[in-house]
Amino acid sequence: MTRHAGTAPADDAVTCTRLAYAFGGTKAVDGLDLSVRRGEVFGLLGPNGAGKTTAIRCITTLLPVPSGMVRVFGHDAARDRMAVRRLLGYVPQQLSADAALTGRENVTLFARVFDVPRRERAARVAQALAAVGLSDAADRLANTYSGGMVRRLELAQALVSAPRLLILDEPTIGLDPIARSGVWEHIDTVRAATGMTVLVTTHYMDEADQYCDRVGLMHRGRIRALGTPAELCQGLGERRRAQGAPATDPSPTLEDVFRDVAGSGLDDSSGDFRDVRSTRRTAHRLG
Amino acid sequence: MSEAPAAPRTASADPARADGIGLLVRPPQPRAGWRVLPARVVAMCAVELQKLRHDRTELYTRAVQPALWLLIFGQTFTRIRAIPTGGIPYIDFMAPGIIAQSAMFIAIFYGIQIIWERDVGVLNKLLVTPTPRSALVTGKAFAAGVKSLIQAVVVIVIAALLGVALTWNPLRLLGVAAAVVLGSAFFSCLSMTIAGIVLNRDRLMGIGQAITMPLFFASNALYPVAVMPAWLQAVSRANPLSYQVDALRGLLLGTPAHLAADFAVLTVAAALGITAASGLLGRLAR
Repeated sequence: MTRHAGTAPADDAVTCTRLAYAFGGTKAVDGLDLSVRRGEVFGLLGPNGAGKTTAIRCITTLLPVPSGMVRVFGHDAARDRMAVRRLLGYVPQQLSADAALTGRENVTLFARVFDVPRRERAARVAQALAAVGLSDAADRLANTYSGGMVRRLELAQALVSAPRLLILDEPTIGLDPIARSGVWEHIDTVRAATGMTVLVTTHYMDEADQYCDRVGLMHRGRIRALGTPAELCQGLGERRRAQGAPATDPSPTLEDVFRDVAGSGLDDSSGDFRDVRSTRRTAHRLG
Repeated sequence: MSEAPAAPRTASADPARADGIGLLVRPPQPRAGWRVLPARVVAMCAVELQKLRHDRTELYTRAVQPALWLLIFGQTFTRIRAIPTGGIPYIDFMAPGIIAQSAMFIAIFYGIQIIWERDVGVLNKLLVTPTPRSALVTGKAFAAGVKSLIQAVVVIVIAALLGVALTWNPLRLLGVAAAVVLGSAFFSCLSMTIAGIVLNRDRLMGIGQAITMPLFFASNALYPVAVMPAWLQAVSRANPLSYQVDALRGLLLGTPAHLAADFAVLTVAAALGITAASGLLGRLAR
């Protein structure tokens, strides 16, 4: 079929065309069109159950692509999985470092499975750990790390293979504000140095506003609004004024935009059971 | 928490970090196709050895049971002489069986680790690396083999201390290592296959408990096949553990064994196990 040909510039980092994925009768992703440009930080926003994680899992090749098309730097995520995986760094929603290993061993494992040659393995692992500020804690077991440190360790695991696309699923969920900004600052620094593309999901609108170049508001399996945070807020403000709102109204926030897009349907959506459990577990592990 | 004092330090380390990032912009060269599998096996085995180095508790606690089997069951039945062993002391006869048993116990609960890795997201992260599922499962299977092998060394030392006349021929010991690793690869894949079906730690635990003892008793680990009733002989012939014990006995004690057939069965069983577990690994990814 030709429906995806020519619709997206060939140099986009990620292109989803009419991506759909259903769990049983539940349409988690329902005709998602998405393009992430090279080098940008793209935020996929939405409440639990909006389909963000499912979309991410299709892009990372964890789930098949039953309908539609997903391309990562031009590679078909359904057919050319190995090529896609070589370009990806992935940090899942749960805190997923191996607690029985040291920080350095955790990163070394990922250097090995991404075929980093032995002669540069130690140096690369050390650089990845330094890039997230964990050099001093590198030889401690990960079970002694705080939640923010585990997140940064996972970032180092993802960075050691020099990914062109870093995918972060709710990277700051359950973290305290200082740890949250710490994680974001490290993402920012590494991106500035490497020029990689970042695709991040979150439901913290303030983070999206501050750190994302562009955001897509996702609701019920589809992108409902797309643009820079400023564009979206400005657009809503103009629409409201056109509808007769007084000019003295405070300018809308990203959260207002989201409420506008999602309407009243917000309360009936909830993450699937495993999402809730893993979030709880994360909260539990963080104490 | 430890987070707070760390923050200012990392900020002041910025300049050092900026020029120390050079390697992180260059993606590593992919390995040639045939070298991926051995590389992943090495990676998984390295992780297992690192974990054992940090925490040897399991190694010691798991040595208690085989020690008791050899010490109590072995010494008692050596005295009773109720089981025909072909002229060797009973404790010698059963020692290879106990080695195989303790290796199997470790392997058969290996699937629990996969489910744990799935629950905390480690498995998903590994599945998003350039690692084919079969290579991941093979890596895990051999990692279980390495863990079992270290356990086997402990049991061999205990057996030697109890006076079992074992071989010290390095070539034969190499064969012993191969038999232990292959058997454990099969049983860990059996465990990972069940994990892929039940997707739940408690159920896997229950099934693991339910099958380990039958597998052990329906083998030649404690008594020769010849003394079994016909139906049990048939079960024993379908049980890879019997072939593993036969190989271990032949190599360690020099008793008559069918080494070629034993290793052929163990290799085929491990290959089938890897195929089955790889096929079901996708279920754990959802």
